[in-house]
Amino acid sequence: MGLLDQRFENSNVFVTSMDYMLNWARLSSLWGMQFGLACCAIEMMATGASHYDFDRFGTFFRGSPRQSDVMIVAGTVTLKMASRIKTLYDQMSEPRYVISMGSCSNCGGPYWEHGYHVLKGVDRIIPVDVYVPGCPPRPEALMEGLMKLQEKIRKESLAKG
Amino acid sequence: MITTATTDGPTIRRTETIPGLRRSLRAHEMIVNMGPQHPSTHGVLRLELIVDGEIVVDVIPHIGYLHRCFEKHCEHMTNYQQVVPYADRMDYVAAMSNEFGYVVAAERLLGIKVSDKVEFTRVIMAELSRIASHLIALGTYGMDIGAFTPFLFCMRDREHILDIFETTCGARLLYNYMWIGGLSHDPPASFKDKVRDFCRYFKPKINELNELLSYNKIFIERTAGVGVLPPEVAVNYAVSGPTLRGSGVQWDLRRNDPYSVYDRLQFDIPVGKGIKGRVGDCWDRYMVRVEEMAQSVRIMEQAVEMMPSEGDVQSAIPKRIRPAAGEVYARTETPKGELGYYIVSDGTASPFRVKVKAPSFVNLSALPAMSRGAMISDVVAILGSIDIVLGEVDR
Amino acid sequence: MTTVEIFGLLKEKFGDAILESKTEGVPSPYVAVAPHSVLNVALFLRDNEQTRFDVLMCLSGMDYMAGKFGVVYHLDSMPLRHKLTLKVHLTAENLHVQSVESVWKTADWHEREAFDMYGIVFDGHPDLRRILMPDDWEGYPLRKDFKVPQYYNGMKVPY
Repeated sequence: MGLLDQRFENSNVFVTSMDYMLNWARLSSLWGMQFGLACCAIEMMATGASHYDFDRFGTFFRGSPRQSDVMIVAGTVTLKMASRIKTLYDQMSEPRYVISMGSCSNCGGPYWEHGYHVLKGVDRIIPVDVYVPGCPPRPEALMEGLMKLQEKIRKESLAKG
Repeated sequence: MITTATTDGPTIRRTETIPGLRRSLRAHEMIVNMGPQHPSTHGVLRLELIVDGEIVVDVIPHIGYLHRCFEKHCEHMTNYQQVVPYADRMDYVAAMSNEFGYVVAAERLLGIKVSDKVEFTRVIMAELSRIASHLIALGTYGMDIGAFTPFLFCMRDREHILDIFETTCGARLLYNYMWIGGLSHDPPASFKDKVRDFCRYFKPKINELNELLSYNKIFIERTAGVGVLPPEVAVNYAVSGPTLRGSGVQWDLRRNDPYSVYDRLQFDIPVGKGIKGRVGDCWDRYMVRVEEMAQSVRIMEQAVEMMPSEGDVQSAIPKRIRPAAGEVYARTETPKGELGYYIVSDGTASPFRVKVKAPSFVNLSALPAMSRGAMISDVVAILGSIDIVLGEVDR
Repeated sequence: MTTVEIFGLLKEKFGDAILESKTEGVPSPYVAVAPHSVLNVALFLRDNEQTRFDVLMCLSGMDYMAGKFGVVYHLDSMPLRHKLTLKVHLTAENLHVQSVESVWKTADWHEREAFDMYGIVFDGHPDLRRILMPDDWEGYPLRKDFKVPQYYNGMKVPY
């Protein structure tokens, strides 16, 4: 609802009901972009598999950034890959969210000290909504990260401020 | 006429030489870019396909998108033991195998011998991680071909293996378990029973996988006769592991250059025989992995019986590691192939140089030789059958 | 065949191109070869009936500090089950060595990596360019005197 976003001066009954419905619709079907870079990708796959099902959150992985809402950056971001990540982020349509999964994309991870080719945190190039710590984070931790993102979406509003 | 060849390079005119292709583009050819973000490239790999319609004339792989400076980190570590967590993260699907390779090399350099309990535990962990790696390889291979169900079945079986790892060392994926001179944790009391239960559980699952995927008509049509790698070409490219054995060459380091206690264990080496297509095609490489899983179960059953229950797994771990100046090259058989560690020591407590010869790096360099003349969707099948892990390719 | 025997065989065929062999007092014996004759030695080692080294296991660039570099080749023979280590010593002024890509195809990517990480130039390699680092990277990362750049394409590199 790009036209209506942030247009209302004060919250009223119309806005709060629309807010509730829109946010519920968005958080219940967050389609993720398949973007596994390194080890965290294996845990992301395990979270998507049947033991720790991701599909019950309405999330399933799409191959293309144009069709996805959330990009889970799972793994180490290198300098060579950074420009591609920026391009992919720009290709996603709004509303878009980013979950940074694992230490490497949070802050550089175990490669922070001597990694000359590692970008110390994906938040140096794109804005991140939720950080999930761990090396790699357990599937339960990733699910909690997704649930935190859902809480964040629940609080969004069409009203200004 | 200007043709843009890469996303981040200068525009190249049709008459200029394309790096990697070593000639200029012909009039009927086109460049199609696959990756680095692509559902089927098993990680961040970029493949530049030079195509003539649907037929691939050449494949130029571009790697380095996951280069995490492993060798530089090793030179800065203050202790040889600190390299183990970094070694884990190279082939992250079968982390125990990387650690095994490193500790075999370091122990050879330092002249340390470990007890039987440590050796047998390491062998069991390595074989469990071989099965875990092959399950991911086969599951994602099915997914690349288009079958989603085998992937879920393989991940379900893999959770049992990760459960055993978690009870032993606390981590599911990256362990820091094998240390130079021993292990970080004593296997718990339930370890042997859990391994026996897993062997009993897993044997019928291989038949289930065969019914689901291996002998499925569509799978055979997509993989048999595709991506043939002749054995002489494979040896010249130093290809190793199931990729080499799929071409009919019976070469397994556990038998031909034994390390640890593999010379005391009985197992067979499956090779590709060209049953469904030609020797050395994708189906052969796939089937070698399936049969290797059955052989790993056989190894584990023997190792669990031969493993002593008493003993301290940490007694041989040196308090301070200061090797004499020297070097060693040691290789082990990981699920992907032959992993070699070339460790050079200058007499100080930090390694002077640790060079890793990663099997996926070498196997991937044989991809263009296998894919010339195939269709674009065959490239996906061939890449999946080589089974690469980008953490290892780029280190 | 042991390293001593292979050294004897190579010395009588190539003479001065084989510089030395360290077999006593070192845990890993090796044979040192001059950089301008590596290709002939490699062809001989691969095709000769007594050696038959058909697999190049590993090719590593080395930086020995104080301006000394090197390349180490680990060879293996599948039919005859023996191994050999060859070393080539280079100096910072002359980092050129013959490429063995025409002998073992696997050397293609290994030599590109040694070039990328150390700046060692392999003469005769058909396509020597960077493989792991980006194409516009400056510097050779695994050299001991490498300084991490502060910025790369607008991104801050150190922590």
